[in-house]
Amino acid sequence: MSNKLIAKNQPSSFVFSEENKVEINNILKIYPEKKKRSAVMPLLYLAQRQNNNWIPLAAIKLIAEILNTTYIKVYEIATFYSMYNLAPVGKYFVQVCTTTPCMIRGSGKIVETCKKVISKKPGHINDDIDSSWIEVECLGACVNAPMVQINNDYYEDLTPDKAEKIFKGFKEGKLPKNGSQSGRNGSEPIEKRTTLLKNA
Amino acid sequence: MLKDKDRIFKNLYGDESCNLSSALNRGDWKDTKEVIRKGKDWIIDEIKKSELRGRGGAGFPTGMKWSFAPKDLDSNRPHYLIINADESEPGTCKDRDILRYEPQKLIEGSLISAYAIGAHVCYVYIRGEYVNEGKVLQEAINDAYKKNLIGKNASGSGWDFDMHVHFGAGAYICGEETALLESLEGNKGQPRLKPPFPALVGLYGCPTIVNNVETIAVVPEILKRGADWFASFGRPKNRGTKIFCISGNVVNPCNVEEEMSIPLRELIETHAGGVIGGWDNLQAVIPGGSSMPLLPKKVCDNILMDFDSLIEANSGMGTAGVIVIDKSQDIVSCISRISRFYKHESCGQCTPCREGSGWLWRMMERINRGESEIHEIDMLLDVTKQIEGHTICAFGEAAAWPIQGLLRHFRDQMENKCSNLANRKIA
Repeated sequence: MSNKLIAKNQPSSFVFSEENKVEINNILKIYPEKKKRSAVMPLLYLAQRQNNNWIPLAAIKLIAEILNTTYIKVYEIATFYSMYNLAPVGKYFVQVCTTTPCMIRGSGKIVETCKKVISKKPGHINDDIDSSWIEVECLGACVNAPMVQINNDYYEDLTPDKAEKIFKGFKEGKLPKNGSQSGRNGSEPIEKRTTLLKNA
Repeated sequence: MLKDKDRIFKNLYGDESCNLSSALNRGDWKDTKEVIRKGKDWIIDEIKKSELRGRGGAGFPTGMKWSFAPKDLDSNRPHYLIINADESEPGTCKDRDILRYEPQKLIEGSLISAYAIGAHVCYVYIRGEYVNEGKVLQEAINDAYKKNLIGKNASGSGWDFDMHVHFGAGAYICGEETALLESLEGNKGQPRLKPPFPALVGLYGCPTIVNNVETIAVVPEILKRGADWFASFGRPKNRGTKIFCISGNVVNPCNVEEEMSIPLRELIETHAGGVIGGWDNLQAVIPGGSSMPLLPKKVCDNILMDFDSLIEANSGMGTAGVIVIDKSQDIVSCISRISRFYKHESCGQCTPCREGSGWLWRMMERINRGESEIHEIDMLLDVTKQIEGHTICAFGEAAAWPIQGLLRHFRDQMENKCSNLANRKIA
């Protein structure tokens, strides 16, 4: 299990924006009338998106009220799942996959690049480029290893140089197109394609 | 080699758009109504005849699973179809391509499968990291609703069908079907005891069938082209085509749809450009995602890639995530990293797994650093045996097997590390 970092400085209150209130109603509709607690995960995501990519404890309390459940029930969800951030992260939040398929393809060097360009320790925000990084487990893009996720987007087929260039772009807010950085579209072989040739 | 005309996923590489009109051009949603009109029994029989086995890892016969759903519909206990798109097994990235490039195949398959098991509602549980893939799928669902392919009287079949997307949030264990159901109900993703099986008591206590993305996405093609066509590929009980993900030390890592029972060597050399440095530079292959025991080169030389052949070799087909490891890699480090993965992802419910997965990782790291004595290798094996079979779900096996595979085939490398006394810490 992972250790969750929970922010010491917490805002005293949290309210959903008007836009998100509408969204909450839409989300609740997809679950049966008496099973609204199913919406806890999407609601935590909404709070996280609204609050610069992290969830304050006040939001957990509010979600518990909306779903008519207890604070601890929502709290345990927020701490169980690794994608809920309970402390601030950088505007550019880099998650480096280092599980075996990426490790074999050199994710260790991508971690070194993060240490060099972003911060020596994972989870620390580099204010200069408003970015932080962490190591994560398999992100499910193994044939495009090594890869990182920056906020919602995957950047695949990286080399340390390409990663460094991407990270340095944070300062100007410039990010390249997401996906493979070696010029391929998806998960086809980079060279000598053998199948689905009519389309190639 | 499988011919392109026999490949189900014609847009596996995203050469064409994933939008509805392109999907229609590729033949999706053609004759869906006619297929459904043939009835539930026909659909389930045809899937049984095709010998389709679940593509999510366990390889359970799909037609048989569907037949477990109660035949009589009780309006107080609606049936549910759940699509497991929580693809997180290291080495596996096939469902991602279906979600982003062939979403209409999945939606069409969902409608037909839901009809066969008597479900009006389907949830797709997609891993939280697949934000963009989830968006593509949601748009595809919206398009399908607009054309009345799904919704009330879906595709003119007389069957009402709703489909919703639910995002996970980074827990590998939610790929286990009962953990997935817990998660979908708004709880921590901790697996349930079986029995009762989800087919009788699943989501919200109602009959539920959980299937992998690939399993459902191949259903329309099987029914349209016939079970005999699908069953003409592969060996008996291991039929059909399958998306293989070839990662690691190969020249051209890629996903490819191939015939089941293809020789591993042919798969790697034909489609992935071979092992870096040539076949003789191969050290080992993990054939089915990280939880399957690795195979040393001498086994890889002749092994066929299907469920039964890999079980005979003390491994498994799993998700067909083929991780190739060449001789430049330290095999002990590779497996130790997998142990770290399982330590991180244990849900914490069963003591042998919660504690044992951490032990395994720490012992592997000690051995890797050369701080262990030789007898600790047997202790490590003992710990894997204490976990295996003593947990609610198969995660215990998944944590134990990679290490057992390493011990089976590469014990000498571990012993070499242990015998390097100079590295040992003095207490």
